[in-house]
Amino acid sequence: MKKIYDSASVALDGVLFDGMLIAAGGFGLCGIPENLINEISKSKIKDLIVASNNAGVDDFGLGQLLATRQIKKMISSYVGENAEFMRQYLAGELELEFTPQGTLAERMRAGGAGIPGFYTKTGVGTSVADGKEHKVFNEQTYILELGMVADLSIVKAWKGDEQGNLVYRKTARNFNPNAATCGKICIAEVEEIVSVGALDPDEIHTPGIFVNRIIKGDHEKRIENLTLSKAEEVV
Amino acid sequence: MWDRNQMAEIAARELKDGMYVNLGIGIPTLVSNFIPNGIDVTLQSENGMLGMGPFPNESQVDADLINAGKQTVTELPRTSYFSSADSFSMIRGGHIDMAILGAMEVSETGDLANWMIPGKLVKGMGGAMDLVAGVKRVVVIMDHANKHGESKLLKECTLPLTGKNVVDRVVTNLGIFDVAVGGLNVVELAPSISLDDVLAVTEAKILN
Repeated sequence: MKKIYDSASVALDGVLFDGMLIAAGGFGLCGIPENLINEISKSKIKDLIVASNNAGVDDFGLGQLLATRQIKKMISSYVGENAEFMRQYLAGELELEFTPQGTLAERMRAGGAGIPGFYTKTGVGTSVADGKEHKVFNEQTYILELGMVADLSIVKAWKGDEQGNLVYRKTARNFNPNAATCGKICIAEVEEIVSVGALDPDEIHTPGIFVNRIIKGDHEKRIENLTLSKAEEVV
Repeated sequence: MWDRNQMAEIAARELKDGMYVNLGIGIPTLVSNFIPNGIDVTLQSENGMLGMGPFPNESQVDADLINAGKQTVTELPRTSYFSSADSFSMIRGGHIDMAILGAMEVSETGDLANWMIPGKLVKGMGGAMDLVAGVKRVVVIMDHANKHGESKLLKECTLPLTGKNVVDRVVTNLGIFDVAVGGLNVVELAPSISLDDVLAVTEAKILN
């Protein structure tokens, strides 16, 4: 089966529809599937529900889909770096399901692992727990959170092969392995496509079974918050 | 009164040899500058890194290597990387010894609010709710009063909570306070600050 596609537009052909749930990898602007997001921003699909820890910045990453008003609802833990996001949300134009970061990661992991729900201490006694089942285990209260299965997951890896095996690099891994597992279809964009056998089988982070389509992307890899050591700043 | 760096230095006294610690954004990040000599501490960054190194010099900058505040950082020989789900297994699973976090409000029962101001500031909780629910010890560093001079140590938090009964210790510019049964215990006061000074600007119950 051929998993390698020539471009983001070809890889996305036939998988997009209005109102779909998309799970996206990335933390801040690190390890985001920027080519796939950019391509979705050129499409006509709308009313998207997007599960992603952050929403990019105003003109890059998922911020592009906010600018085009293609997103109806975000499922995120932190949106502090995105002025347009905050504006749309405070104006009531965008729905937002605040989900603690670890709960979001576990919802993706659980959904991908066939686990419909799990109990967690995170959020007990806060607004996150409102309306959720509470249960006591060993004298501690937990809330029920649901596993997530997305219509599509979009992820970014460092290297991938024709089988869809993926290797991530440093903290660009973040949500990508978890998002990859929870999509009914997973499309991965990578910096480099290597031949089968070139990746060390012991060091593959996402086995190819989770990945349906793979493209070689062209990555800007923008840095959100460049911080240098003090000595360097003085120089 | 203590300044930001002094508050971070005070909080760094909490660090014990061999600890795994998560530092929040803002003043807590400064704590890494004051790790005492001879104390070996491993910093966890919840975006997926254990063994976080210092900020890079120009040639070390790597877009794939950031901390939870999205700042560029460096790796150490001990560093490991992992997924977000694994990262929060460490946090939620009680494997992290201590978290040092910033706060908007802390109550006398250890409730913490640090993620949003309804109608005004919508940032999100990030990993803070997971951290306070799962980490063994939670230390807060914050100014004693807000910019209007109002106490940030309250009887009850007015802002949406990050966690309930989760804070163990608060370091402010005026002193160190432990959450105890019935209120806050003053552990130490900053130089030239008296207990009366603290009582005058603190809404929370002070037990001393």
